[in-house]
Amino acid sequence: MLAYLIRRLIQAALILLGVSFITFFLLFVLPADPVRQIAGRSATPETVANIRHQLGLDQPFVAQYWRYLTGLFQGDMGRSYLQKTEVATLITARLPATLLLMLGAIVAELVMGLTLGIVAAIRRGGALDQSLMITSFVAVSAPQFVVGLLLLYVFAVKLSWFPIGGYGSFSNLVLPALTLGIMGSGWYSRMMRSSMIDVLRSDYIRTARAKGLRRARVLALHAMPNAILPIIAMIGIDIGIFMSGIVVVESVFGWPGIGQLAWQAIQRVDIPIIMGVTLVSACAIVLGNLLADLITPFIDPRIKLR
Amino acid sequence: MSLMKNILATSALSLSLGLASLASAQDYQPDPNAKSGGNIIVTYKDDVATLDPAIGYDWQNWSMIKSVFDGLMDYVPGTTELRPGLAESYEISEDGTTFTFKLREGVKFHNGREMTAEDVKYSLDRVTTPATQSPGAGFFGSIKGYDAMADGSATSLEGVTVVDPYTVKIELSRPDATFLHVMALNFASVVPKEAVDEYGADFGKHPVGTGAFKLADWTIGQKLVFEKNADYWRPGVPYLDSITFEVGQEPIVALLRLQKGEVDVPGDGIPPAKFNEVMGNPDEAKQVVVGGQLHTGYITLNVEMAPFDKVEVRQAINMAINKDRIVQMINGRATPATQPLPPSMPGYTKDYAGYPFDPAKAKEMLAEAGLPDGFETELYVMNTDPNPRIAQAIQQDLAAIGVKADIKALAQANVIEAGGTPKTAPMIWSGGMAWIADFPDPSNFYGPILGCAGAVEGGWNWSWYCNKDLDAMATEADSITDPAKQDERLQKWSDVYMKVMEDAPWVPVFNENRYTMKSTRMGGADALYVDPVSIPVNYDYVYVTE
Repeated sequence: MLAYLIRRLIQAALILLGVSFITFFLLFVLPADPVRQIAGRSATPETVANIRHQLGLDQPFVAQYWRYLTGLFQGDMGRSYLQKTEVATLITARLPATLLLMLGAIVAELVMGLTLGIVAAIRRGGALDQSLMITSFVAVSAPQFVVGLLLLYVFAVKLSWFPIGGYGSFSNLVLPALTLGIMGSGWYSRMMRSSMIDVLRSDYIRTARAKGLRRARVLALHAMPNAILPIIAMIGIDIGIFMSGIVVVESVFGWPGIGQLAWQAIQRVDIPIIMGVTLVSACAIVLGNLLADLITPFIDPRIKLR
Repeated sequence: MSLMKNILATSALSLSLGLASLASAQDYQPDPNAKSGGNIIVTYKDDVATLDPAIGYDWQNWSMIKSVFDGLMDYVPGTTELRPGLAESYEISEDGTTFTFKLREGVKFHNGREMTAEDVKYSLDRVTTPATQSPGAGFFGSIKGYDAMADGSATSLEGVTVVDPYTVKIELSRPDATFLHVMALNFASVVPKEAVDEYGADFGKHPVGTGAFKLADWTIGQKLVFEKNADYWRPGVPYLDSITFEVGQEPIVALLRLQKGEVDVPGDGIPPAKFNEVMGNPDEAKQVVVGGQLHTGYITLNVEMAPFDKVEVRQAINMAINKDRIVQMINGRATPATQPLPPSMPGYTKDYAGYPFDPAKAKEMLAEAGLPDGFETELYVMNTDPNPRIAQAIQQDLAAIGVKADIKALAQANVIEAGGTPKTAPMIWSGGMAWIADFPDPSNFYGPILGCAGAVEGGWNWSWYCNKDLDAMATEADSITDPAKQDERLQKWSDVYMKVMEDAPWVPVFNENRYTMKSTRMGGADALYVDPVSIPVNYDYVYVTE
């Protein structure tokens, strides 16, 4: 187990190194010059050259990458070109909001997905099952930008149940978390349904029913816990999916997380921020996957980590 | 010897025409209905980059910095007219190269210390030092000693002298008619050395100035709060107790919140998709103030790339574009343009009608240029609405005269890169990156975007048009520093732009109007909401009525 963990951590470090190299390289070959974004339109060529030199952007790729990497190992993520602040400060100021949003989204997708999946499994083949499965298909396919604006318009503008965007209280969290969670709930309802159907077919359920336990009790205490377990491991993988969703959802709802930060930075070629957010996201994805793998043997003892 | 005589003769001439001038601009009349107090909420989509006046250079932080800092010169609110700021008065020497500013006494920085001439000198040294990385350093190029600052061989501007604590003398290496405008730029704001030293590179997050507001709180990614500077040196203003800038808000969300009374000014304006809806509703239309701005949207024709190297071809393209239709496409949010300068800019040529829309004549001219069957080309455009739609309209207009243009819709940074790379982008529609003047003077539309200085790798002269004769005329015009000869100077500039139109490196398409929406409780003259210098509004002079 320990050897496995160490091996996985080394793998994770290599993956992050690879991600940093590829991102840095792509930003380097991008046909857009960060210096001209910083210098603006009135800068003289000498001002542009001066800024390029001060930021070390006149050095060859390898030198720039090496400088970034050595800084990173000393805990220095660099300074934003345009916001003129430490990238680490910008990310730490925004990370809690993103984590809160992800937590809310996980709760939302589990509550919606598992409930729908269980109901569908119980009513397998019926009209309810079919309509739920179509709904889940729609949920998986709907673009988050549309879902977000729709929820915002109906529940915040028309019904005034929730504030129109913003951050700070539970009521601010509901709509963005729902938007982010709806896609996942589609997946979970389908997985929960098939997992539940498998469990309901198994011998121990038949035995429980045969010994006279009531149907509700069998479902709640015997079937559900076993059906949910394999799904829990999926949450780790969800983090990766969320990371792509937060860019859109945070923008729509004015949620002050790192997705918004990334979006702004990409438009202005603010390389240190793009690098920082990419690496933090990559860390989250790698850790999420690792966590998912580590949890699996506890859920299903037949699986051994080697 | 004859040279010496010449110089003497010239200075004698200017002496007789216009002596040292003293500031006498018509100042702003305080609003008799204004009420003090209250807080307003202004929203933006993007984070505020920095409030360091030497660095901040986008339309979002420009007006915020104006409210936190002051320079020696300023503008009468709502106008393009210069007025003295931290300088009480100024004198210009006969040859136009020495400016002596008398400072106001008793002006205090937000940290309580009095502002003096030393601070003025320090601030100018700071903005021109390469280490500051100021995008505006080049504006100060006419100050004596600038070159030594730029190449790092000096640490202080030779031309700036502290005469006494309330007098500062600035010597120029050449006459510069725009110098007072330069001193009104944010880049020329006066900052206290001790605060810059304390916060170092983070000064932009901890700004200390002499302005009407001071920064009270900055929660990164969420909001900034400006608090009234009770000791502000201009009496009676600002009216507002505080301003909250909320960031991270999509324009559409900001509009919805304004309609619910939660927002006072959506800083990013009315989203294009909602424009007709808002203007079609009489109640909401009343909340919108319309004004001009110093903006021109244009198509650049790269004169280094065939067939745009032929002037007939460029003139033909000018006649092929249906500007009225493009203006219609953007819901009439602009006025068709005839020339590079916008109508509200001094030096604009009123009686010039521009190239007529005449596709038949355009086709004829192409044939004369040896291209009876037209040609194929590329049109670069920024990929955000409405620019790709405008590009399609241009594409159709060109197709009508046989020119097949491929649209290349790219992110802003990529278009800028292509424009500044030699022989890359034959045509660029400037939308989203178009020129908005830094200061209200005709020279500001020439150098970087039409002059030889901008026609370099990484420059902003995307038509790569370089006419040495016009450059000489421009220099000549800017050497006329005598206020009494302003008309002569403006006429020279008008001539420059008319020559540009003859050579037709641009197709001027439209001048955008400004639409500022505000909540019903906001008061103050309409001009304050379409202030040419402070976008979206002049925070120092607006007030709330409830």
